Amino acid sequence: MRSLTASRAPDVYRAKPLAGPDAAFQAGGNTKADPKLRLRGGRLFRRRAGRADPAPSRLSYRLQRWMLTPGIRRGLKIGLPLAALATAIGLFFADETRRDALAAQVDGAITAFQERPEFMVKLMAIDGAGTDLSDDIREVVPLDFPISSWDLDVEQIRDTITGLDPVKSASVRIRPGGILQVDVVERQPVVVWRTREGLDLLDETGAHVASIARRTERPDLPLIAGAGADEHVAEALELLRTARSLEDRVRGLLRVGERRWDLVLDRNQRIMLPTERPVRALERVLAVNEVQDLLERDVAVVDMRLGSRPTIRMTEAASADWWNTKVTTGNGQ
Amino acid sequence: MMTDLYQSQRAMRQMRQQAMQRGVVAILDVGTSKIACLVLRFDGTGRLSEDNSIGSLAGQTGFRVIGAATTRSRGVRFGEITAMQETERAIRTALQAAQKMADIRVDHVIACFSGANPRSYGLDAQVDLDGQEVTEAEIGRVLNACDVPDYGAGREVLHAQPVNFALDNRSGLIDPRGQMGQTLAVDMHMLTVDAVAIQNLVRCVKRCDLELAGIANSAYVSGISALVEDEQELGAACIDMGGGSTGVSIFIKKHMIYADSVRMGGDHVTSDISMGLGISTTIAERIKTFNGGVNATGADDRDMIDIGGETGDWEHDRRTVSRAELIGIMRPRVEEILEEVRLRLDAAGFDHMPSQQIVLTGGGSQIPGLDGLASRILGQRVRLGRPLRVHGLPQSATGPGFSSAVGLALFAAHPQDEWWDFETPVDTSAVRPFRRAVRWFRENW
Repeated sequence: MRSLTASRAPDVYRAKPLAGPDAAFQAGGNTKADPKLRLRGGRLFRRRAGRADPAPSRLSYRLQRWMLTPGIRRGLKIGLPLAALATAIGLFFADETRRDALAAQVDGAITAFQERPEFMVKLMAIDGAGTDLSDDIREVVPLDFPISSWDLDVEQIRDTITGLDPVKSASVRIRPGGILQVDVVERQPVVVWRTREGLDLLDETGAHVASIARRTERPDLPLIAGAGADEHVAEALELLRTARSLEDRVRGLLRVGERRWDLVLDRNQRIMLPTERPVRALERVLAVNEVQDLLERDVAVVDMRLGSRPTIRMTEAASADWWNTKVTTGNGQ
Repeated sequence: MMTDLYQSQRAMRQMRQQAMQRGVVAILDVGTSKIACLVLRFDGTGRLSEDNSIGSLAGQTGFRVIGAATTRSRGVRFGEITAMQETERAIRTALQAAQKMADIRVDHVIACFSGANPRSYGLDAQVDLDGQEVTEAEIGRVLNACDVPDYGAGREVLHAQPVNFALDNRSGLIDPRGQMGQTLAVDMHMLTVDAVAIQNLVRCVKRCDLELAGIANSAYVSGISALVEDEQELGAACIDMGGGSTGVSIFIKKHMIYADSVRMGGDHVTSDISMGLGISTTIAERIKTFNGGVNATGADDRDMIDIGGETGDWEHDRRTVSRAELIGIMRPRVEEILEEVRLRLDAAGFDHMPSQQIVLTGGGSQIPGLDGLASRILGQRVRLGRPLRVHGLPQSATGPGFSSAVGLALFAAHPQDEWWDFETPVDTSAVRPFRRAVRWFRENW
């Protein structure tokens, strides 16, 4: 229970004053013995000594009421330290050199951590790629080993490698032991595509694998030609597979009008295939060939573009020959 | 005529509700010898104890005293403020200490004072009901129909409480709302005081940066805290013996029906001692408190009291006086006060009350042997009263001197219905067509 009267902080220790008339004699007036230890605050608002008025001054009354207001108290308790802290930080960072120094320090710490030997990548191992491709990969991924694994953007490296033409897919990871492991699946060329610019090797999806200077470099691969042929490599491959029975008579496939295929054989023969279902048309030609040896004859073009009306164009010599024999056989009289 | 007062009292009531919402209100008892300040915190409605009994605090559990302070009063004479600056400083002292103890800022103050010549009036009125049922509007109408006497210029109504309602021939109704009848009659007790005293108090409180949320007469609030419930119900008088004035209030059926004050109190006893023994007031006060009494015995002749003094004259400062002499000085004045109280009670017709319990309270009632003296003058049934127990009240503030402060706290928590709590009927208040229309709509739909 607190006392009802306005309490003051206690005087902790006071020298025992002289008692009786001695004290009065020594004091001379009404001065009191000074306390040895004074624990009183608020000297500023305390009234002058010798006044019997316990009333607080108007200022101190207002100040106390102000300090008892919850908002003000919270502001002083939390807001003021926060403001002081913010000011201190602001003042500290107002100086450019200090800002830079701190940034450098932070950077140094980060680097020191990242360059610990556990994080260092010492070499790149490439699996599944030939020598040329390995060299290409090393060229497009120029890394200065040893490098910290924090600085490696594996995704980006993988995208770069995948961006190479001969690479079908690639996986890049950092193997324990500080090795950057690159597993590459190379594209396998299946056709040679002749364009005006030169000869390109394409894989089964039509993607460019490499360029070659001469056809003889890859005689094992079939040839396709014509604009837009690379977008229909799968179809071309199927046609070529169908035409297997023609063996080495097949010279290649020609894309006509970016729309349909011509199968070109030796002796300048060609089989013009329709846009729709070319394999079926080719099978029909081959079936006829099987029975009638159509392609062995002096035929220049087998036109299968209209499925309901296959047409044959003979060579000029053959037609001339035919004109000559026409009279003798004489069916048209 | 009374719309002005009606408005101001309503404003004060609104302020009180605001303070209750905020939860903290200060109680200020401006007395002649001391100013007491309690800081109350309202924490919801009062709950009953587990066994549903009313409990040891008489159900007054809706609030808690969280700060209490007293200071010597200055600038107050006969319970009225005479030196505003001094009083303001004393109020500031008390408030600051109480706030410091409560550790919270208080903005609303409910004050009471004892002086300013309180005068009681009994009013009555009777109206025929519009409908069969008594509604709140009807109560407002009947209260407004009271024939207010000419209580004089420079007076202000402090309390105006409906004491009794009568419906047709049935009297003694406390709350007639919802009952059926033809005519409604009301008895109202009105207490007027000097307007200047109120104005001074309002100014003092304002100058302390506080809002006044209510004023009460100190005799009334002492009665609330010092009389037990049965006494209030059956009829009793509370004599609040303060420093500068002695308040008299009579209660019956839990309503105050009469209040008055005798402009004499403990300070007069002190000044008698001071004059009779030729000593300073402070010493006289100390001697009175430590050695005072009203019944002298043989032993008191031998009980010598050091008077003391600080004049520097050794002989003068070592005078002694016997306790019998002190009692001889005190008793006539106390008798005079009690005689005066007797006169007031007689004037109020206290003889005709069914129960004539008299309760002495206030700081002056602590004179040893006062109850014996009072029973000789006032009647047989006299007891000394202390204020009701309330939550958190410091032990040192539970004495009879704090009965008006505690009573004011109870009054703040559970105010009685006053005349201005009821809406006045439309036709007498300022007639506003729009409000009339709204009211008409509300009553019909």
